Amino acid sequence: MDTTQITDTPPPAAQPTATEQKRAARGATRPGDRIFLGLSRGSGIFLLVIMAAIAVFLTYRASLAISKDHGNFLTTFEWNTGLQEPVFGIAVLAFGTIVSSIVAMAIAVPVAVAIALFLTHYAPRKLSGPIAYVIDLLAAVPSIVYGLWGALILVPHMNGLFGWLDDYLGWTGIFSWQGGAPRSMLTVGILLAIMILPIITNVSREVFRQTPRMNEEAALALGATRWEVIRMAVIPFGRSGVISASMLGLGRALGETMAVATVLSPTFDIQASLLDPGGGTFAQNIASKFGEATEFGRDALIASGLVLFVITLLVNGAARAIIARRAEYSGANA
Amino acid sequence: MSTATVSTLKGARLPKWSPYAIAGGSVGLAIAIGLAAGLDSRVQWGLIAAILFIVGTYGIAARVEGKRQAKDRIATSLVWVAFLLAVIPLVSLVWVTVVRGIKVLDLYFLTHSMGVVADTEPGGGIYHAIIGSLEQVGLATLIAAPVGVLTAIYLVEYGRGKLSKAITFFVDVMTGIPSIVAGLFILSLMLQFEMQPFGFAGSLALAILMMPVVVRSTEEMLKLVPNELREASLALGVPKWRTILKVVLPTSIGGITTGIMLAVARIAGETAPVLLLVFGNPFINTNPFEGAQSSLPLYIYQQYANSAGSGAAYDRAWAASLTLIAFVMILNLVARGIARWKAPKTGR
Repeated sequence: MDTTQITDTPPPAAQPTATEQKRAARGATRPGDRIFLGLSRGSGIFLLVIMAAIAVFLTYRASLAISKDHGNFLTTFEWNTGLQEPVFGIAVLAFGTIVSSIVAMAIAVPVAVAIALFLTHYAPRKLSGPIAYVIDLLAAVPSIVYGLWGALILVPHMNGLFGWLDDYLGWTGIFSWQGGAPRSMLTVGILLAIMILPIITNVSREVFRQTPRMNEEAALALGATRWEVIRMAVIPFGRSGVISASMLGLGRALGETMAVATVLSPTFDIQASLLDPGGGTFAQNIASKFGEATEFGRDALIASGLVLFVITLLVNGAARAIIARRAEYSGANA
Repeated sequence: MSTATVSTLKGARLPKWSPYAIAGGSVGLAIAIGLAAGLDSRVQWGLIAAILFIVGTYGIAARVEGKRQAKDRIATSLVWVAFLLAVIPLVSLVWVTVVRGIKVLDLYFLTHSMGVVADTEPGGGIYHAIIGSLEQVGLATLIAAPVGVLTAIYLVEYGRGKLSKAITFFVDVMTGIPSIVAGLFILSLMLQFEMQPFGFAGSLALAILMMPVVVRSTEEMLKLVPNELREASLALGVPKWRTILKVVLPTSIGGITTGIMLAVARIAGETAPVLLLVFGNPFINTNPFEGAQSSLPLYIYQQYANSAGSGAAYDRAWAASLTLIAFVMILNLVARGIARWKAPKTGR
């Protein structure tokens, strides 16, 4: 029998000391049990060790690079690691990563929520099953294929939209365009939006499907239209789920490498316009600078990767926290 | 409109064909406006039609059915539009990959490497990349699957207290690690021990990405095994480890296999860690423990990036994409098939 079950039972009349009891319990276990418990617990501990090792090694190599940085690691607008006095900083990368992710979220979240609503409340029932299945499959398409598609198909198709945006919204500065190839933050954002659409849709759909039937029917019985049912019963119920789904999508968008690396033509500066090519993201910068980087240059890239790691940890942690809170809440509701 | 009933319980309703009529009307009007104003772009025509449709629907519905119904109709059309809008790129992606990929995808392509072919010339194939992919993904699975399954067993069958809470938390955290960060971690080890790129390094990074996925899915499956089965076995005096091996695992093996296959499908498409750690190699290298290798996703990226706009290289990239998508999709379909086939039968 396993140890925990024995310790759970009330202690016998003549109570041995705690250590004796433990030893007795251990003696009662069979060797097979001990080996198996050891193996499975060992695997769990192995996972923890890996996580610790990731944090430790990234921090260590990053510190090697940052200590020799002649610029400010957080605010320098440059990435020159090959110099005698290397100068590099993550300001441009942080800006680009955040901007591309914001664009992606601004497009993907409303569309994904609409698709989830479409699948749960609008589509003919016969259609919604297969469509959901196909969206599941699309979530599995490798990011490099999205990247290839984005670079060779999406980019040429963006010219029209960019010209239009420049004509009518160019005065804002955000949408001004000097006519360069549309390998810009907006294109990256659109591609990222397409990539994270399936995952946000899937999670939101699951949440919407769990809306208590009673609430919906109550709203209908009061004469609500379908849209009013959604606004009064479905959305309030699913709000936290949608938020956490979006955060999961955001985590993906932040760390996406290849799709950005193939589409963006990077420069190391910050510009207000989303349409002019330029900028960069953490992951893209690592992938494209890696080839020609010296050992020191690689350490510098590891330093930028560490920042990305911390950011995604925070985002994912927040998403999990929201999900966990939601689980308790809906458990009480069930 | 003339069919409005006299009943006071039910407001006036637009006839069922009205959305189609409004849609047809707005498309016709948009074409007329487009021709009259001399707009070239079909996209602009489409936008005008969409705006006309929405305004028209709202106007007509608001007059006949009231404001609330009009809002409902607009929401319906917006949801449909969002769906159609999202379908376009996804269909285009699959369509383009298939059409462009099928051009050079043949037996020659699958059985030859890029060894003597310049990246800008036609010819060559993905044999070396397939070998690299299979070896790296296979080794990663060999590491990640046992560790993942055992960890899940620990969490479900033994786990109580702080250790299992910590593991659960960090598995969640690990799920969110960007693939490039996993690659950088192994890279930092390689820099530390001054190693050159080799296939197995890529496997290690892929294994890190795969483990949390396997743990999560296996955990879900083990939780589905009814407690009565465990209790019955334990009551017969069967040791716990044999209960797990002979009762719990066989019951959930279908779901566990599905989870592992989906995880394999996920890491098979990872490019970033392979780019950092395996580096790419146009020649056939069957030894994952020494020397640079290639892999399918990496091959696609390098054909795209090193080709200087050569059509032949793009063709190869598309064909390799098609191969990769086919591999991933087959894994997905088989995995889902197994899940359905091995699903615990109810009512027995």
